[in-house]
Amino acid sequence: MKQLFNTKKNILNIYLTAGYPKLEDTVKIVKTLASNGVDMIEIGMPFSDPLADGPTIQNSSTVAINNGITIRKIFEQIAQIRQTVKIPIVMMGYYNQVLQYGANAFFERAKVVGVNGFIIPDLPLQIFQEKHQKQLEQLDLTMTFLITPQTSDARIKQIDALSTGFLYVVSSFATTGSKSALKQEQIKYFERIKALDLKNATLIGFGISNKATFDTACAYANGAIIGSAFIKALENTNDVKETTARFVKGIRA
Amino acid sequence: MKYQANKDGFYGEFGGAFIPEMLYHNVAELKENYLTIINSESFQTEFKDLLKNYVGRPTPLYHAKRLSEKYNATIYLKREDLNHTGAHKINNTIGQILLAKRMGKKRIIAETGAGQHGVATATVCALMDLECLVYMGEIDIARQAPNVARMKMLGAEVRPALSGSRTLKDATNEAIRDWISNPVDTYYLIGSVVGPHPYPDMVARFQAIISKEMKQQLKAQTGNEYPDKIIACVGGGSNAAGAFYHYLDAENVALIAVEADGLGVDTGETAATTQVGSEGIIHGSKTLLMQNNEGQITEPYSISAGLDYPGVGPLHAHLFKSGRGTFLGATDNEALAAAQELTRLEGIIPALESAHALAALKKITLQANETVVVNLSGRGDKDMETYMHKLNS
Ligand SMILES: Cc1ncc(COP(=O)(O)O)c(C=O)c1O
Repeated sequence: MKQLFNTKKNILNIYLTAGYPKLEDTVKIVKTLASNGVDMIEIGMPFSDPLADGPTIQNSSTVAINNGITIRKIFEQIAQIRQTVKIPIVMMGYYNQVLQYGANAFFERAKVVGVNGFIIPDLPLQIFQEKHQKQLEQLDLTMTFLITPQTSDARIKQIDALSTGFLYVVSSFATTGSKSALKQEQIKYFERIKALDLKNATLIGFGISNKATFDTACAYANGAIIGSAFIKALENTNDVKETTARFVKGIRA
Repeated sequence: MKYQANKDGFYGEFGGAFIPEMLYHNVAELKENYLTIINSESFQTEFKDLLKNYVGRPTPLYHAKRLSEKYNATIYLKREDLNHTGAHKINNTIGQILLAKRMGKKRIIAETGAGQHGVATATVCALMDLECLVYMGEIDIARQAPNVARMKMLGAEVRPALSGSRTLKDATNEAIRDWISNPVDTYYLIGSVVGPHPYPDMVARFQAIISKEMKQQLKAQTGNEYPDKIIACVGGGSNAAGAFYHYLDAENVALIAVEADGLGVDTGETAATTQVGSEGIIHGSKTLLMQNNEGQITEPYSISAGLDYPGVGPLHAHLFKSGRGTFLGATDNEALAAAQELTRLEGIIPALESAHALAALKKITLQANETVVVNLSGRGDKDMETYMHKLNS
């Protein structure tokens, strides 16, 4: 992951919900994303009560849970993906899922199947420091924390110091999937972050939905994360490979 | 102080604030301000005045003689059912609305299950002339029509939660998402001792008026401010937290929490969190909750919409784990029978939630000289359809 951020600009990170639209689609989708030039993958662990997510990702999570997705199944899928896909993969999920699996076992298993890092939005900094930081360091796995327009400069620096891999820059006051052009005040916020000269790379996420918003985000950060817009594209497809390839081409065009 | 939250909001190992960064600022703002504001003289003056003259406090501590005879003990009912809007919920909404006003918030959001907290929130918003939006599961909207009508008449918007299981837990998710999207002018008015710190502690402090009065009233009526047992029902746990609050460190007073067993703890159709749940995180708090081994939160069941929550507040998780609290359960049918019994013995129709607390009288050993207080958290008006349907058949 370090190498990716050191050598590349305009990084495209695509989020997908594991087990969606069909249980066995995860591997197909990730392989197609990778072969179409996506730089990084964020695999969502479907949760019943995803507080940070908007309706699109929540609905895809409900579908995936009903499809029978489990953490063990996601690990199997990632192991399969890793047979051919080399780009960084991070897992995104909620802390309760990690706790129920058993945090130590969870991180160890993730390492074994080839995961590079994690985004766990409801994991408090202090708990991370006390309970998990050491293990992740030993396993050489990254932990990404979020920052928002309301995060103070002092706190951003604190979060930057604790994060490894990259920082997730939440673009606006919103849950995932809210749509709008990037407004002037958001641009100011991106500039503020850029000026802080952080140690981590930054990826902008939430509300990045098309080529225009992706390009704007890339002007202020190392790249961007697209989630809900991609999940929406998958909603009614009967050819996930074709839809996935077309979606990526639309962003990279 | 063994049973109070520490500065990070932990009760033993439970509590805290497990929230995404998008909520950090809102919650920090609240955490930094709530104690200063509620301890200020101007707040206390206004709070006490409204509780007295608007809510109708102090609520009576009523010596229920016929009930006492039946159970061969001295039983008192703490009459929270006589509060304005019919339940203890308004103690908390009055407190939080005064706080919200002092923090300069313009827009109030809340979650509700049965609609009692929604009504209590809509009421104080009307009183304070603040915009009010209540999230309510689509399924609950259908089964609690009278309370939906009350909220609307009070000027609140009732917005259906369409996600997940479309009940209280999802209404709470939607309210939290709304707060994430509107962090500056919006105040999230939570209805129980749940959610991230400082909510559990704050709501417990507002409900603590119940046990504060209880002490004075017991002293006046019996000469002893300490009862032997206090019984309260637990959904999220706010009425129980209020009834227990000033007795938490009085280890001789048995604190009995009654959860909803639904159709029975072993049937899968239950809301008895401490019996079937395990440790985890729900709505930003580390506590006991109902979940499967994947950490997916499962749907509770109870005939009583106010007890139909898949978690308990962190204080209660701590009382359970430390053994300070005794956790019992009552099934739908036991609660219905207890409601019927109180109605005929004392001429008081209790809320279905409170009927669960009453049902526990059959499950504990009582001595003739024992003093027991049952917290009658609400009145049964809202449940008349259920009572008519279930008690006549
Ligand atoms: C009358 C009454 N009692 C009890 C409850 C349960 O809530 P809590 O456990 O927070 O007191 C409710 C909730 O709606 C209620 O309306």
